[in-house]
Amino acid sequence: MAGSATPLLEARGVAKYFGAITALHDVNFQVGHGEVLGVVGDNGAGKSTLMKILSGLYHPSEGEILLDGKVVKFNSPKDARAAGIEMVYQDFALAGNMPIYENIYMGREPGIKLGPLTIIDHHKAREMARSHLDNLHINVKSVDQNTEDLSGGQRQAVAIARATAFHAQLVIMDEPTAALAIKEVGKVLDLIKRLKEHGVAVIVISHRMDDIFYCCDRVMALYQGTNFAESQLADTSRNEVIGWIMGTKGHTESLAHDRLQ
Amino acid sequence: MLYSPKLSKFLESYGIILVVIVMMVVIALSRPEVFLTPQNLTNILKQNATLALVALGMFVVIVTAGIDLSVGSTMALSMVTLALASRMGLPWPVVLLVGPLVGIAVGLVNGIGLTWLKLPHPFIMTLGTLNAVRGIAYLVTNGAPISGLQPEVRYLGQAYYDLGIFAPPAGIPASLIVVAVCAIGLWFFLEKTSTGRHIYAIGGNPQAARVSGVNVDGILVLVYVIAGFMAGLGGLLLAGRTDSGFPNAGLMLELDAIAAVIIGGASFFGGRGTVLGVLAGVLIMGLLRNGLNINNVSSFWQMVLIGIVIIFAVWIDVIRRRAAVRR
Repeated sequence: MAGSATPLLEARGVAKYFGAITALHDVNFQVGHGEVLGVVGDNGAGKSTLMKILSGLYHPSEGEILLDGKVVKFNSPKDARAAGIEMVYQDFALAGNMPIYENIYMGREPGIKLGPLTIIDHHKAREMARSHLDNLHINVKSVDQNTEDLSGGQRQAVAIARATAFHAQLVIMDEPTAALAIKEVGKVLDLIKRLKEHGVAVIVISHRMDDIFYCCDRVMALYQGTNFAESQLADTSRNEVIGWIMGTKGHTESLAHDRLQ
Repeated sequence: MLYSPKLSKFLESYGIILVVIVMMVVIALSRPEVFLTPQNLTNILKQNATLALVALGMFVVIVTAGIDLSVGSTMALSMVTLALASRMGLPWPVVLLVGPLVGIAVGLVNGIGLTWLKLPHPFIMTLGTLNAVRGIAYLVTNGAPISGLQPEVRYLGQAYYDLGIFAPPAGIPASLIVVAVCAIGLWFFLEKTSTGRHIYAIGGNPQAARVSGVNVDGILVLVYVIAGFMAGLGGLLLAGRTDSGFPNAGLMLELDAIAAVIIGGASFFGGRGTVLGVLAGVLIMGLLRNGLNINNVSSFWQMVLIGIVIIFAVWIDVIRRRAAVRR
């Protein structure tokens, strides 16, 4: 990336140890502004540990995270959110007993601040939710619907709307299509593309090659706790990426898993 | 059958009020000359003021999918400590604060025990304090009631305003005003403030609250403090009404409070319920007891009937929810 602008997010030599277990070691990568990066890796490769570090849930044991070229340190997801990094969880992490609009603004309710308390302006929150959902072309019957009454795809859309409700620069999505019915997958992937159009960078963690090859600009593979290989999407193939997941480079046609009989 | 979403929404929110009204009509028809006297109605309100406060506190805990078994013991400890303080001759404004402060202290212990010790369920922490706090109440009194409180301390539990319409001893009890202020305050807190909404969110999905930046442990401590405070305030009212602090007060009160909350439509699994429903639940229990009393039904039958009402109330809720899912 010689001569290009500072990347939005950069990880330098990130490592994470849990006691004697090394979950991550020497992870280096970057994400550009408005770029969609796919992250692949087998179970236990360190994907979720890395994402938890980026979203402020874990501290890295070694290494540093840079945001717009400046070193940042997150003590909680709140810090990461304040810096514009948002996470969308595989299970959506929505309160099913509460309406869509309250889920979108939970923890950041509009209203009058009185010390630690906010007197919520429910009317304003509904209005904000409506216009935000319209912006992202997300259709719901009413922002007053409880999220437990929504389909999986609609819930995912609400979770994405929550992530982007406040000037998000980077949205990290953990298996965004894993919990969805097939017919809803396309809508969510289109929504990811729409975020990119809005200038938001996205990291998509997925097992599905179809997802990665549909909406990503670049793909990176983690293998045994470190970044193993990466490529612009145009310069690679499904088989090569699958080979990375299994820890092999220089993949040949004969090794491809779908050719094994 | 005719199905109207508006009607179903209305019934969902206010159906419980209809139940209260129907009960009042039935009891009034059975003993009109007793039930409808201002004195009897005043009594119902006074007798249930303490349960109303304790149930409101319990409700906040149950919304987080928790439970506080210690509220009866907390109320007893508040009563006896404030009675002791009164007898020691402390100035009455200080004595007034003793009850609620003791409640807050027990609530803090519950909340901190639950979050710091990471006990698997609040049932266990509060089962511990149910016993320990009751024991302390017996220890500080040697098991004997302490009576003779300052008149100012008795005021909230005893006073009523006849407004020039009612013949004494009937009127609007001061304790009703305490309950009303607490209920309105709690309603505003739960519906209109961020922390109140986070309490519901924790009941719905604690993980969702956590990743939204909500301080879940902090709010859990607050919730048990509220329950303790309400129990302490309930103790102040009961001490005033009975002019004494007795260490065996409020035995099994926690179960009455849970029953009132559940009858009032709150979900035992958290995240659902309203302040109005809780007040209706308290009234339903109070009216049932009063109606059976004035019809000379034995207190043993009262227990049987209250048990049936609890089961019936939750069953109605199950049916309603199943219908809602189908729609």
